[in-house]
Amino acid sequence: MCVNQEDNELEILEIIQYFVETLNRYFGSVCELDLIFHFHQTYYILDEILIAGELQESSKTTVHRQIDAQDSLVEAAKEKENTVSYIIA
Amino acid sequence: MNPFSSETRLRDMIRAIRACKTAAEERAVVRKECASIRAAVSDNDNDYRHRNLAKLMFIHMLGYPTHFGQMECLKLIAAPGFPEKRIGYLGLMLLLDERQEVLMLVTNSLKQDLNHTNQYIVGLALCALGNISSAEMARDLAPEVERLLQFRDPNVRKKAALCSIRIIKKVPDLAENFVNPVASLLKEKHHGVLLTAIQLCADLCTVSEEALEYFRKKCTEGLVKVLKDAVNSPYAPEYDISGISDPFLQIRLLRILRILGHGDADASDLMNDILAQVATKTESNKNAGNAILYECVETIMSIEDSGGLRVLAINILGRFLSNRDNNIRYVALNMLMKAISVDGQAVQRHRATILECVKDSDASIRKRALELVYLLVNETNVKPLTKELIDYLEVSDQDFKGDLTAKICSIVEKLSPEKIWYIDQMLKVLCEAGNYVKDEVWHGLIVVITNASNLHGYTVRSLYRAIQTSGDQEAVVRVAVWCIGEYGDLLVNNIGMLELEEPITVTENDTVDVIEVAIKHHTSDLTTRAMCLTALLKLSSRFPSCSQRIKDIVNQSKGSLLLELQQRSIEFDSIIEKHQNLRSALVERMPVLDEATYSGRRAGSLPAAVSTSQGNPLQIPNGVHKTAAPLLDLLDLSADDPAPQSSSSPNFLQDLLGGDILSSVSQSGTTQPQKSGADVLLDLLSTGSSLAQNGSSTADILLISQDNKNKTSVNALDSLSSPMANSAQSLPASSIMDLLDGFGPSPTVPNDNGPAYPPLVAFESSSLSLVFNFSKQPGSPHITQIEANFTNKSSDIYTDFIFQAAVPKFLQLHLEPASSNTLPGSGNGSITQKLRVTNNQHGKKSLVMRIRISYKLNNKDMLEEGQISNFPRDL
Repeated sequence: MCVNQEDNELEILEIIQYFVETLNRYFGSVCELDLIFHFHQTYYILDEILIAGELQESSKTTVHRQIDAQDSLVEAAKEKENTVSYIIA
Repeated sequence: MNPFSSETRLRDMIRAIRACKTAAEERAVVRKECASIRAAVSDNDNDYRHRNLAKLMFIHMLGYPTHFGQMECLKLIAAPGFPEKRIGYLGLMLLLDERQEVLMLVTNSLKQDLNHTNQYIVGLALCALGNISSAEMARDLAPEVERLLQFRDPNVRKKAALCSIRIIKKVPDLAENFVNPVASLLKEKHHGVLLTAIQLCADLCTVSEEALEYFRKKCTEGLVKVLKDAVNSPYAPEYDISGISDPFLQIRLLRILRILGHGDADASDLMNDILAQVATKTESNKNAGNAILYECVETIMSIEDSGGLRVLAINILGRFLSNRDNNIRYVALNMLMKAISVDGQAVQRHRATILECVKDSDASIRKRALELVYLLVNETNVKPLTKELIDYLEVSDQDFKGDLTAKICSIVEKLSPEKIWYIDQMLKVLCEAGNYVKDEVWHGLIVVITNASNLHGYTVRSLYRAIQTSGDQEAVVRVAVWCIGEYGDLLVNNIGMLELEEPITVTENDTVDVIEVAIKHHTSDLTTRAMCLTALLKLSSRFPSCSQRIKDIVNQSKGSLLLELQQRSIEFDSIIEKHQNLRSALVERMPVLDEATYSGRRAGSLPAAVSTSQGNPLQIPNGVHKTAAPLLDLLDLSADDPAPQSSSSPNFLQDLLGGDILSSVSQSGTTQPQKSGADVLLDLLSTGSSLAQNGSSTADILLISQDNKNKTSVNALDSLSSPMANSAQSLPASSIMDLLDGFGPSPTVPNDNGPAYPPLVAFESSSLSLVFNFSKQPGSPHITQIEANFTNKSSDIYTDFIFQAAVPKFLQLHLEPASSNTLPGSGNGSITQKLRVTNNQHGKKSLVMRIRISYKLNNKDMLEEGQISNFPRDL
């Protein structure tokens, strides 16, 4: 993770903490294996927090809501098709 | 089931890869997987495409090449369903970057997705665009993104705002389009949208001046109000981080206020209250609070001054400094370095804490603190600070000692109040860490010692003591050996005692002992031993009774395998034995080395091509300047001091050289609009130098001709000038003067100050005549057009006729092509050539020009040269 020269270093620490806490809430006591086997979900969460290197949302609940909504969309699509091929992992 | 077919789940593939014990095994597994994925890609398999892409992404994260899967991303993005798009966009962001041409193909899909009804798909597209769009894509899709800034769903609005940041970065021209939408976004309530809008606003302001002005006028008050609300808002669990409500928003607001307030007094006024409130009310026991305070301090330092706030800011930094957390202390030290330029006094108050940080256990804090101390040092506090630093030097780590020594030495050098203190401190440093000290440092010390003539006795006695205790520090040995050689008689006879000294008894034999030990010590390197030999020679003259013993010691180096030592020992031996009469004259007391010259040269010039054997004043008779030359700075010691620009050395040179003729010599050596002009001059000088009897001058002059570069020629002229400055050695100077006078033009009475300038016979010889016709443009009195007419006085034809001219530095010369290269004889025709001269010192100095004409006469090369100094005065 790289930061600009003029960024507030202490704030970056906060953002990292924020990201980890969100992951924690999503995966439930996140550990390294979670990140490895569910890397695409990790990326989805990251995309809800940062875009173009800037913080997108400061409220954890909103982030969760977004992720949950998108996951349910995927689930709904899975139900509709109900084929094995939709099971990625 | 084939373990590597598309039916394998992602999970299983990951497990298989993780189970590999060696790198080779892993490569084999990955290769098989890639093969099956490639097969699936070419089969255009629809069902497992997303799974294959997920596998591909994992393989990519491991570091293997995955370009064959790029088209898969595109196909998935083009698929209608949300899950496919989701993984397709993720693949796009991971496997591709903006430099790939494949990215262009996605533009259309992106456009459609940006207009999709499903807001999550719009979100996906914005995310992908924001992370990896290239400039062309940005340009194409900017209108869509702009429209989305006003979408109904706040989540889409915030993503659109961040996407716009990237668009503006890639295509700064589009910035104006975003200014208006942003202004309305800044009034939102939704924190996410507000956050992103502020970011966008900040980037707009950095990119475009007009945007900055616009936001400054319209939005500053609004933003101040938002900050007030944010700071005073009650507890909201949604945004709470360690007790502070939405610190991210507060930090962003502080940052945008900084951008808006920088350089503008009115805007800064509006912010004063809220900044004071934030600075005082924010709790600082958690990192979030500290982050806010840090941002607040940065803002206060950047906006226009309002006394009280600055003090508040520096106090906060002081509090940070005493915090136990290393991060916070580091950040505080960083900020203090910037704060010094703003308010040095306030920072001085925290000097003690900063000194403590120099001794910290964390290496990066030590470094930062040391740099800060260096900036803080001034005449009043230099003594206690140096004392502290030297005390710490004794206990510091090895890797830190180098930095510390360098800084102490430059502090001492810059700010020492009196010479004796300087010498004392340097001695202490050398004794502690002499091996870390750079060469210029002890060179400088020697320069100072020679200048402090009343302290010679004191110095040599202290050095004598020092070498007994710290003989392992190379620098101490060198300085001590040099001083003992120079001032040995003061040492033995206890001359020049100061009140604070205790008398010591040192016999002549003791001094020779010291040097003998130094020369025989196994760690002494070439320079030290060479210096010892020289010192022994000096002592043999000052202490004739020890001559025999010294001779024996010197003889031992005769067989040395190092050329320098062998040469010196043989030469010195012959001096001691056969040339007793010369000896005392040779090793007379060194003249005082000029400090100003030394520090002037140190500060930005390159080493001259003179022998850099240190501490060897005997080789060249005019010892003063040639010895100063080796003491040139190879690397600038004080990195923090801006080294005076190289332009200072030519000015310094001007002072040394004085005289007009020499000034044109130096100036033409430096910059010439025409290289041919410089060549004229160089050739002139080199023909003159064959008359010169000082061989080293020739070497220096030839140095000019080889390298036209500014600095080297300046330095060569420097050494050239030194024999000239030395009155006894005016021979090369006079030879150059003769050269210049010898080619003087046949004097034609200059017509005085006619407004229409009469033609001037610039140059006349037996075979050639050159007439200048002047004209000036109205309105540009400093530019003169000259038409040069060449006439052939002999009856032969001159071919390959080339005219060259050189002018001093304050003039600029432009030569146009000549009318022809052949000059028919007996005045049957002439060659004309136009020149344009621009006089930067019009009115103060008149034109001066040196010319050179070369032509072929009966296939023989001929050359004529001259100087034209009889231009009309006010040209």
